[in-house]
Amino acid sequence: MSAIAVERPREPRAERVRAALGRGAVFVLVAALLWGAWEGYRWLWMHEHWTKPFLVDDISMPHLHLIARQLFEPARVNGPLLITILWHSALFTAKEAAVGFAIGASVGFVLGVVLAHFRILQRGLLPYIVASQTIPIIAIAPMVVVGLGNYNIAAWLRVAVIAAYLTFFPVTVNTLRGLQSAEPRALELMHSYAASRWAILWKLRVPSSLPYLFSAFKVSATASVVGAIIGEAPSSIPNGLGGAIINFNQYYALEPKNLWATNLVAAALGIFFFVAVVVVEKLVVRRAPEHVA
Amino acid sequence: MSANDAVVSIRRLSKAFGGGRVTALQDISLEVARGEFVSLIGPSGCGKSTLLRIVGDIIEPTSGEVTVNGKTARRARLDRDYGIVFQSPVLYDWRTVAKNISLPLEMLGWDRARRTARIKEMVELVELESFEGHHPWQLSGGMQQRVSIARALSFEPALLLMDEPFGALDEMTRERLNLELLRIWSETGSTVVFVTHSISEAVFLSTRVVVLSARPGRIAGIVPVDLAQPRTAATREDPRFFELVTDVRERLHAGGADEVLEEATLE
Repeated sequence: MSAIAVERPREPRAERVRAALGRGAVFVLVAALLWGAWEGYRWLWMHEHWTKPFLVDDISMPHLHLIARQLFEPARVNGPLLITILWHSALFTAKEAAVGFAIGASVGFVLGVVLAHFRILQRGLLPYIVASQTIPIIAIAPMVVVGLGNYNIAAWLRVAVIAAYLTFFPVTVNTLRGLQSAEPRALELMHSYAASRWAILWKLRVPSSLPYLFSAFKVSATASVVGAIIGEAPSSIPNGLGGAIINFNQYYALEPKNLWATNLVAAALGIFFFVAVVVVEKLVVRRAPEHVA
Repeated sequence: MSANDAVVSIRRLSKAFGGGRVTALQDISLEVARGEFVSLIGPSGCGKSTLLRIVGDIIEPTSGEVTVNGKTARRARLDRDYGIVFQSPVLYDWRTVAKNISLPLEMLGWDRARRTARIKEMVELVELESFEGHHPWQLSGGMQQRVSIARALSFEPALLLMDEPFGALDEMTRERLNLELLRIWSETGSTVVFVTHSISEAVFLSTRVVVLSARPGRIAGIVPVDLAQPRTAATREDPRFFELVTDVRERLHAGGADEVLEEATLE
């Protein structure tokens, strides 16, 4: 048989190492540029004594290297290092966010499947689902925290519900779109097999929707971290990053670097969630390279 | 041919679209016997694909009736009497070659051992051994279409419906797959209804060529193909082959198919 498989040749090791080094170099370069922009802005505004849009000093814009060093200073006299405190806060918030993401993604997916199968529900419910996302989370959070508190649900789990509230929407919208992305011919093929709705769902529609689903998961994973942090405020939970932010915010004028360091850790947690989704996607979604969303 | 022998029986079938404004097919009657290879040929828009899709119960006729193995088209579909091959292979990207072939077998509830055995047979039939573990995007267009044929035949359907399956392939690949399809047809004894707009392909493959006229599609003539079996590359140089090609071309022309005449001269 003379037909040739267009198989991508496995990259030789040297090639892969070079690609990895290239990505590393770009990362370092971008980090250096951001650092340069921060420090350059700070220097210029302080040197020229500009006060617009805000006064630049050690309070509003501490040196980045001092923020980094702050992580390795004790947060209180004779207390543990700041990074140790933030590590535990991040773990706590990560638990809330992960559980919130799991709840939100599941609810979002099921809702998407149900809406995709019942047009009437889609017309009737979709406006309210959209409306639910226009209400600021800050307004919803206290209601959820107080409301669920009546049922003796652990505080961290109530925060997870708030994270889920931010998570489910992108998943629902993309599930809907993804389920409808199956090719018409592929549906006719299933029709010719007299496939049940259930078989069409699991063997065609859901696999077709995976690239859309993972796009949603990437948005939702980071949103769930934001949801968890914001949700901690009205619950007065001191254990997480949200608690740390509120705490360090109160003492900002005394020690601004603590808050900045906390923000860095929160950002790192968000990035970690994002990367985790990307890794799972790489393992799960088998598509032609040009079709991966 | 007796009615009992007919796999497909079409009686006075018509199809109109757009609330009756466009008549796609008019008064089609046709019988396809067991083991036959019947091609439907006609100018673009004559409704040949529509006819195939009606037989396969993908769409419904406006009037007339279709029976497959003595059952309604719908019953036949529910009984999984059809294997369908489209112009595009319609393989599932997320499934390997083996898993794609396995898809209809899963629908039929075959157990794993039986599926594995059948996949092996089918992969051998279409000569794709050692590609079972590949994903569709790693294969050439011709190989993808062979997987699609293997999938359609895997559950031994009573009827194989093929809608311009080689239309998107280059001429060389197409001729090779023509030969391969004939080999598979003789090995499996399937009944095939094949839609094409290539006159030479229709003549080369078929036991009968059904020529449809331009819209509204009517049967403009049926050309029995008496070329010897098994057909080989040499069949294409047989004087009788050219006579039959001319015969089909003239009937197409009489049916008002000038577009096809242009295509035919290119071949």
